[in-house]
Amino acid sequence: MKSIHISTKVNGDAMEFVCAPDESLLDVLRNRLGLTGAKEGCGTGDCGACSVTLNGRLVCACLVLGAEVDGAEIGTVEGIATDGVLHPLQQAFIDHAALQCGICTPGILVAAKSLLDRNPDPTDTELRYWLAGNLCRCTGYDKIIAAVQDAAQKMRAA
Amino acid sequence: MRYLRPNTAAEAAQSLADEPGVTRVLAGGTDVLVQLKAGMVEPDLIVDIKHIDGIRSITAEAGGFRIGAAVAGAELGAHAGVKALWPGVVEAFELIGSTQVQGRCTMAGNLCNGSPAADSVPALVAAGAVARIVGPKGTRDVPVRDIPTGPGKLSLTKGEIITSILLPARPPRSGDAYLRFIPRTEMDIAVASAGVSLTLDAAGKITAAAVALGAVAPTVRLVEAASAAIIGTKLDDAALSNLMQAASAACSPIDDKRGTIAFRTQVAGVLAKRAALIAYSRAGGSK
Repeated sequence: MKSIHISTKVNGDAMEFVCAPDESLLDVLRNRLGLTGAKEGCGTGDCGACSVTLNGRLVCACLVLGAEVDGAEIGTVEGIATDGVLHPLQQAFIDHAALQCGICTPGILVAAKSLLDRNPDPTDTELRYWLAGNLCRCTGYDKIIAAVQDAAQKMRAA
Repeated sequence: MRYLRPNTAAEAAQSLADEPGVTRVLAGGTDVLVQLKAGMVEPDLIVDIKHIDGIRSITAEAGGFRIGAAVAGAELGAHAGVKALWPGVVEAFELIGSTQVQGRCTMAGNLCNGSPAADSVPALVAAGAVARIVGPKGTRDVPVRDIPTGPGKLSLTKGEIITSILLPARPPRSGDAYLRFIPRTEMDIAVASAGVSLTLDAAGKITAAAVALGAVAPTVRLVEAASAAIIGTKLDDAALSNLMQAASAACSPIDDKRGTIAFRTQVAGVLAKRAALIAYSRAGGSK
């Protein structure tokens, strides 16, 4: 297979990589760019552990080819904290113990931030539907909802 | 595997036609990448159609809207004009997958995946939507209902791609709706589904109707007997009962772990009735 050269932006930084035509964006992020925040849960778009933003839209990185992102802007969990200060969502997940094993957490942080960027004051129902594609087998979701709502409230007050 | 990113539909069609091996068209990728991952298909050529001029746009046309083949669910859901004219089509499309899948999935892809349970297809068929197809021999327009020919099978020939879907203009006092049954509240495949589109006269009597059922036959099914059961009525109880019977009678579903034949047959009738009531109310009818 012929490798493809791609130029893209990840978390605001220009990046270049070479990938195989059938390589997923998730594999590119993890194995070529060293960004291991996005996780592979299912690899088929069901679990949301690999959630990233692609040109501002929330997507599963496992359902995107690396070859597709030439000229695109990608956002991952590594870009959520600024200058070593945790994002309010990240702090709220710690404060509310909204994770146990942590595999789903990067995807949920990216997905929740994507919702709050559009809707700073979601209802619990809106939040649960938005996160329906992010599976968590540890928490039972209640602590996740509480953490996101707490972060949303702090962000609105800031 | 080769990956191509053509800038014109003609170039995409020619590349697909010229490739002797296995090909896949890539728009949102929410089915193709799953097939790749599962090893269900090993394409020799993938043609990414997202860079074809106009393929990601929604444009007003002759009182309706032309939806580019690479428009994602989240993009259509944010379009106030389409939502106002064809709310049933938009709600059907938005039922597909999670927020993440909505960021990528397309109606043309949902159609071309060929699943009898595709959510957007019954709504498109009820709407009388027309697909624009570009192939190596030129362009043709084909009603969406004539595209699927069986599970995973389409009437498209080698090299042909859908570039857009036209949702037509509609008379005043029209409404549409789509409902499906799934055992969960979100993120599932229809066990049975129904799309209904209606037009009323000034007195609230139905003058035109289209009823399409999903997941109860090898392809989506447009049920003319169900339309006939409600045309000329104000959806009174007798008309609704006839609608349910006609819809159920048109079902020839499979029996599988998600639903039995008897269940799917009954539920399709119930969904057709409920979708008709929603469409009737959206068309301005009151009961």
